[in-house]
Amino acid sequence: MADKQQILTMSDISKSFPGVKALSNVNFRLLKGEVHALMGENGAGKSTLIKVLTGVHDFDNGKILFDGKIIKPESPLDAQKMGISTVYQEVNLCPNLSVSENIFIGRQPMKNGFINWNEMNKQSETILDKLNIKIDVTQLLSTYSVAIQQMVSIARSLLISAKILILDEPTSSLDESEVNQLFSVINNLKSEGLAILFITHFLDQVYQIADRITVLKNGELVGEYKTNELPKVELVAKMIGKELAKFSKIPKSTEKRKKSNNENVLLKVNNLWRKSILKPVTLEVNTGEVLGFAGLLGSGRTESVRLIFGIDKHQQGEVLIKGKKINLDTPKNAVSSGMAFCPEDRKSEGLLSELTVRENIILALQGKYGLLKFINKKKQDEIANEYIKILNINTPSTSQKVKNLSGGNQQKIILARWLATNPQVLLLDEPTRGIDVGAKAEILKFILSLCNKGIGIVFISSELDEVINCSNRILVLRDGEKISELTGDDIDENLIMHTIAGGQK
Amino acid sequence: MSNLKIKDYFKKFFTLSIFGSSPILWPLFFLILVLIFNLLFNKTFFHIEIKDGHLYGSMIDILNRATPLMLVSLGMTLVIASTGIDISVGAIVAISGAIAAKLIGGTLVLKGGVQEYVTLVPMPVAIITAILISTILGLWNGMLVSRVGIQPIVATLILMVAGRGIAQLITSGQIITIYYKHYFFIGNGFLLMLPFTLFIVSIVLIISLILTRKTAIGLFIESVGTNARATKYSGINSQNVILLIYAFSGFCCGIAGLIVSSNVKSADGNNAGLLLELDAILAVAIGGTSMAGGRFFFLGSIIGALLIQSLTTSIYAIGVPPEVTLVVKAIVVFILCLIQSETFRKKIFGKRLQGAH
Repeated sequence: MADKQQILTMSDISKSFPGVKALSNVNFRLLKGEVHALMGENGAGKSTLIKVLTGVHDFDNGKILFDGKIIKPESPLDAQKMGISTVYQEVNLCPNLSVSENIFIGRQPMKNGFINWNEMNKQSETILDKLNIKIDVTQLLSTYSVAIQQMVSIARSLLISAKILILDEPTSSLDESEVNQLFSVINNLKSEGLAILFITHFLDQVYQIADRITVLKNGELVGEYKTNELPKVELVAKMIGKELAKFSKIPKSTEKRKKSNNENVLLKVNNLWRKSILKPVTLEVNTGEVLGFAGLLGSGRTESVRLIFGIDKHQQGEVLIKGKKINLDTPKNAVSSGMAFCPEDRKSEGLLSELTVRENIILALQGKYGLLKFINKKKQDEIANEYIKILNINTPSTSQKVKNLSGGNQQKIILARWLATNPQVLLLDEPTRGIDVGAKAEILKFILSLCNKGIGIVFISSELDEVINCSNRILVLRDGEKISELTGDDIDENLIMHTIAGGQK
Repeated sequence: MSNLKIKDYFKKFFTLSIFGSSPILWPLFFLILVLIFNLLFNKTFFHIEIKDGHLYGSMIDILNRATPLMLVSLGMTLVIASTGIDISVGAIVAISGAIAAKLIGGTLVLKGGVQEYVTLVPMPVAIITAILISTILGLWNGMLVSRVGIQPIVATLILMVAGRGIAQLITSGQIITIYYKHYFFIGNGFLLMLPFTLFIVSIVLIISLILTRKTAIGLFIESVGTNARATKYSGINSQNVILLIYAFSGFCCGIAGLIVSSNVKSADGNNAGLLLELDAILAVAIGGTSMAGGRFFFLGSIIGALLIQSLTTSIYAIGVPPEVTLVVKAIVVFILCLIQSETFRKKIFGKRLQGAH
């Protein structure tokens, strides 16, 4: 389909980070005057692809053809000069400067060596006019809503005469009317021939605005589709669906599914909720059971475990462990009542990357013991070595800094940190994210072996296959709400995907 | 140590890569440089004699004078390791001195034909009160940082500014002179031929080392400094850890304030400990504790403080006019920081020096 309108062709792009292949031979095409949605779950490679395109990351091989020329952006500024502009989720403008200053920052119109304010304000108004925005451009940016700020960001990109506009999760902090306003602007720009790359995790919005969809998964291209030819369910299937028997090594836990029915309840959550984050959720985890959470990013899967663990404040509801109500003020309380939590974002929420393997493993246990009951170095090493052996962690010694280890080994270290505390309930948020296939299988097997020891597990993954294979019961979430709960033989991939996509067949 | 190992060390030393392995070696190296400089240009520097059973000399003097800075640097080390900063230390030093001076006061009275020193309140009470209030002021800083969530530099700025006022309030805007001989022992006394202040610093250092290496607080501080969020999610009350750190800094300042006021036999709310915070931050930075938080090195900070003091003394000793001493000091410190910077070393010396990593 050699289209003469094609403005961007990325072919065979590969990019590796230590221990993980973030992109492998990905092809991506963008046409003039289209809105193209880039879809995929955590670790799919969306952001890596964007970062390669905008010059944040170098790429290992492949080539980028932009506007008829082969390019290799060295930095975001470089990419911007070529005509590739990005508007990020978090508006990165200067709130304490005026709107027009924000639009023109770094390229103010000059007159006799001074800034020509009149000209600048006039031009700002013209540009914003094109976006159907009528505001006082001399006011501080911070006086306007996030939606307007986002438009200003877009206006700024237009000024640089962008040919490609990348919108990275632009709608996540907007309300519905603001989203509509943004979409009408997008449609205007589209009709002027701008190529727009749209990244979001809201399925409905994709179907509202996008012409075509490219789906990535685990750093590989799944496919490129026309939006009107791809039903929602199939999109969900492409994003989280089966990954060709790669995990066939993992034993199906059907046997345990029957057993778990009459076990005693370990974790019970009653109507836990927080405004605009999570609608009331009730759930139970029995001893030796895996409760899987199925749902997309932003569906409430991460949000609910964060509320359960006391990281985010809940508004109402309660959490009980073995029938005893626990205080949800801080994670410390959750830990002391036997809970453990492996966060989704390993690097910023889990690891102490500058510290050693030993310190990383010992941290939670020492926290549980408190200040004075000090675990001496020798004992620390013993504990660390024990878990290095159990989890098969590949490290030269216990005094290696964890930042030097691969993603899989880092994840195992966080698991080790929690296992050392001898938890009753383990909350695992994407424990297999961004790690290589071998380590993935190892971790999944290990999770199942923990169940046999009577630990109750909440398991979240962007791979529906993993969730289905590992879980005794599955909770399906969509838009911050628990939609259904499936047990035993009811667990069905198709049904789950339909539920996630919004109930339509 | 085997022969091979020594050879290895020499090799490492000459490629400068050994400094990557232990951060204490850098400041030590510079301290030795300053000493060598003095050996060449300042003949009296190493001259030590025994007078009245005490050791006298430039070096002893430097050690003694560096003690307030050493103490303050110990507290600052932990604060910086937690990614914080405490710029109120100078003010707390002044407050501590002012409290002690006010409480002791002291007069020389004639009792039955014998001259005798009399205090307003017993000296131990005055000392304990001064240290206690300093610690409470540290707690106040810690509260603002950990509970109220104010950025450390702003939170401690409050006390930095207000503290001077408090100190002057205590001294009623005057310089209070202390007339109580026993109090002078703290800053000027000798024990086992050495300045008494050295024993104070040693004791505080040993206590700090024991507390941080033999209880879990050291791990918690380094963990909070490396990744505060991950630490909280691991079930550690990082707020209390931070509270403790600032309280400890206040405690150290309290003792330093006693030494300073005892040394000059007076309390000056306006000038005691002036700009001490900057020297302390510098000492910590030279000592190898990263301003980005994480690992901390008490010994490094102590050596850093010593280095700053010997630098100051050396500059005076070789006859640099007083109006340019600060410039000379700044240049030396600048060069020192440049060499310590890994990025700079790589740029200048190229790849062959990257060894240790």
